[in-house]
Amino acid sequence: MDRPPIIKVENLVKKFGNITAVRGIGFEVEEGSIFGFLGPNGAGKTTTINVLCTLLSPTSGSASIDGHDCMKQSALVRKSIGIVFQDTTLDKDLTAFENLSFHAYLYGVKKTEIKGRVDEALKFVNLYERKNDLVKKFSGGMKRRLEVTRGLIHRPRVLFLDEPTLGLDPQSRTNLWEFITELPRRHNVTIFMTTHYMEEAEVCNRIAIIDEGKIIAEGSPVELKKTVGGDVIYLSTTDNEGSLEILKRTLGLDASIKDCELYISTERADACLPELIRTLADRVLEVRIKKPTLNDVFLKLTGKAIREEGAGATDTIKEAVRAYRRRH
Amino acid sequence: MDERGSVNLTIELNAIYVIVAREFKKFIRERSRLISALARPMIWLFLVGAGMSRLVRPVEGVSYTQFIFPGILGMTILFSSIFSSISIIWDKEFGFMKEILVAPVSRFSIVMGKALSGTVVSTIQAAVILLLLPLVGMSLDPVTIILVLLVCALVAFSISSFGIVLATFYESYESFSVIMNFIVMPMFFLSGAMYPVKLLPQALQIVSKVNPLTYGVDALKHLMSPIREGPMSPDFPFLTDIGVILLASVVFVAISSKLFERKG
Ligand SMILES: Nc1ncnc2c1ncn2[C@@H]1O[C@H](COP(=O)(O)OP(=O)(O)OP(=O)(O)O)[C@@H](O)[C@H]1O
Ligand SMILES: [Mg+2]
Repeated sequence: MDRPPIIKVENLVKKFGNITAVRGIGFEVEEGSIFGFLGPNGAGKTTTINVLCTLLSPTSGSASIDGHDCMKQSALVRKSIGIVFQDTTLDKDLTAFENLSFHAYLYGVKKTEIKGRVDEALKFVNLYERKNDLVKKFSGGMKRRLEVTRGLIHRPRVLFLDEPTLGLDPQSRTNLWEFITELPRRHNVTIFMTTHYMEEAEVCNRIAIIDEGKIIAEGSPVELKKTVGGDVIYLSTTDNEGSLEILKRTLGLDASIKDCELYISTERADACLPELIRTLADRVLEVRIKKPTLNDVFLKLTGKAIREEGAGATDTIKEAVRAYRRRH
Repeated sequence: MDERGSVNLTIELNAIYVIVAREFKKFIRERSRLISALARPMIWLFLVGAGMSRLVRPVEGVSYTQFIFPGILGMTILFSSIFSSISIIWDKEFGFMKEILVAPVSRFSIVMGKALSGTVVSTIQAAVILLLLPLVGMSLDPVTIILVLLVCALVAFSISSFGIVLATFYESYESFSVIMNFIVMPMFFLSGAMYPVKLLPQALQIVSKVNPLTYGVDALKHLMSPIREGPMSPDFPFLTDIGVILLASVVFVAISSKLFERKG
């Protein structure tokens, strides 16, 4: 990094009574990037955001945004950030326009500029036609869009998005993501987002995975996926035994037979596939490729899938054992 | 805020303005709140007042209904100021408070904005109640009306700031009925609104004297009632009333600003 990081967190610890929500985490976010903070429910994502946006003071450690200390220079930090909280923070009894102009006033936008900026913000998320409707008449997706655009009105350096797509249908989620990925370029803003939808994190430049208050992995999506090994090719052929021989001998691939299928693990499936098919020629009946997902990364690191809502019996036991170990 | 993070007056004033403007808009929009806010004092004035007038003989030509008029003004202010400040609890519950708290605005300005919100809506309601004066056979000269409204605004400010202190202790609106039953109603009955403080038992008199509303109602009695002697006369000197109201305002604003600074 040539420029200093726009967000810098070191050894951050946050305790609520005897619950430790964040256990000494540290990371840096590069200016103009999209940083993903991933983790299951209760991992400490929102707590970390609340410390960064000056709503909570940490138990220990330090955090700074754009060079301003989140504890000592909270006013300057507040000025350089915009936030979309996990739960909506709109006033449902005000109109879309009123919600945004309230925000503009609160952030000291010049009076003469307020109307223009609010209109522009509403157009940006296709809500201009609904500007005079009370927010309580909006759908979940419309409210979310309104909140995202509100967070940008005062032109912040960093925009925090805490689970921005929570409760949205797949189509609205896709739309919102397209919109969000454009923000760094269009608004010259750095994005810090949390999610527990692993697929959504693919758009991030960098990702930190947090579990039980600790960062357990960090890197770009590609780097992280490498840690769980390469791609897998599943192959069914007219003669599995014979094909296995050819794959091992002639092509030197790491192949085996599993469940009446050939199972080949390789660095990059697209690189060896043409050669493989050429060699096996007519024997090939079916080919499937599985690329590692971020969910596999999480699964490998923690032994559980990230979106498991209710913990199964074994998880409950694991949890109990872990809790026991922690105490002793 | 400038480079050093010190206070920028324009931003702070804009913030106060927009917090008050929001409350005002919502106040105008919520018809039911407006109607019930005006119905309550009328019920007390005309139903309770009329009934009690049969029991209590007029003093110096002042009927019981006329005697309680300043108290009814006080009640109007009490309910609407507390209601306005308690809306902070709703804002916390529905998340809007976070939007305000992450803004680059001093906690003092947020408190001032909220206290002035209560002041504005309460004073408007008090003014509407004053329109009922002719119906109870009272009339005041314009100067007195202005003085009455000024005192109403001061009382509203102090009660609103007291309401903000209360609101910082509660997280959910279920606490609303607790506040109404155990704080607001006793404040009303022990304010001298319906019966003179000096006729209360000693122990209750002490409670009355720490009740900021008592001094507000008393100041209004000075301005609106000709009685200067006997049980129905004001309980404290006018300047004492005003002094206590101002002092209470300063104390409550200071406390709530401090409480707002507090982080988890
Ligand atoms: N105000 C609070 N008081 C007590 N405990 C809290 C508080 N806020 C959070 N916690 C605890 O801290 C832990 C982390 O919570 P946090 O909200 O940061 O999780 P999260 O990663 O945002 O989860 P989710 O995906 O469900 O939003 C949880 O165990 C939670 O119970
Ligand atoms: Mg969260």
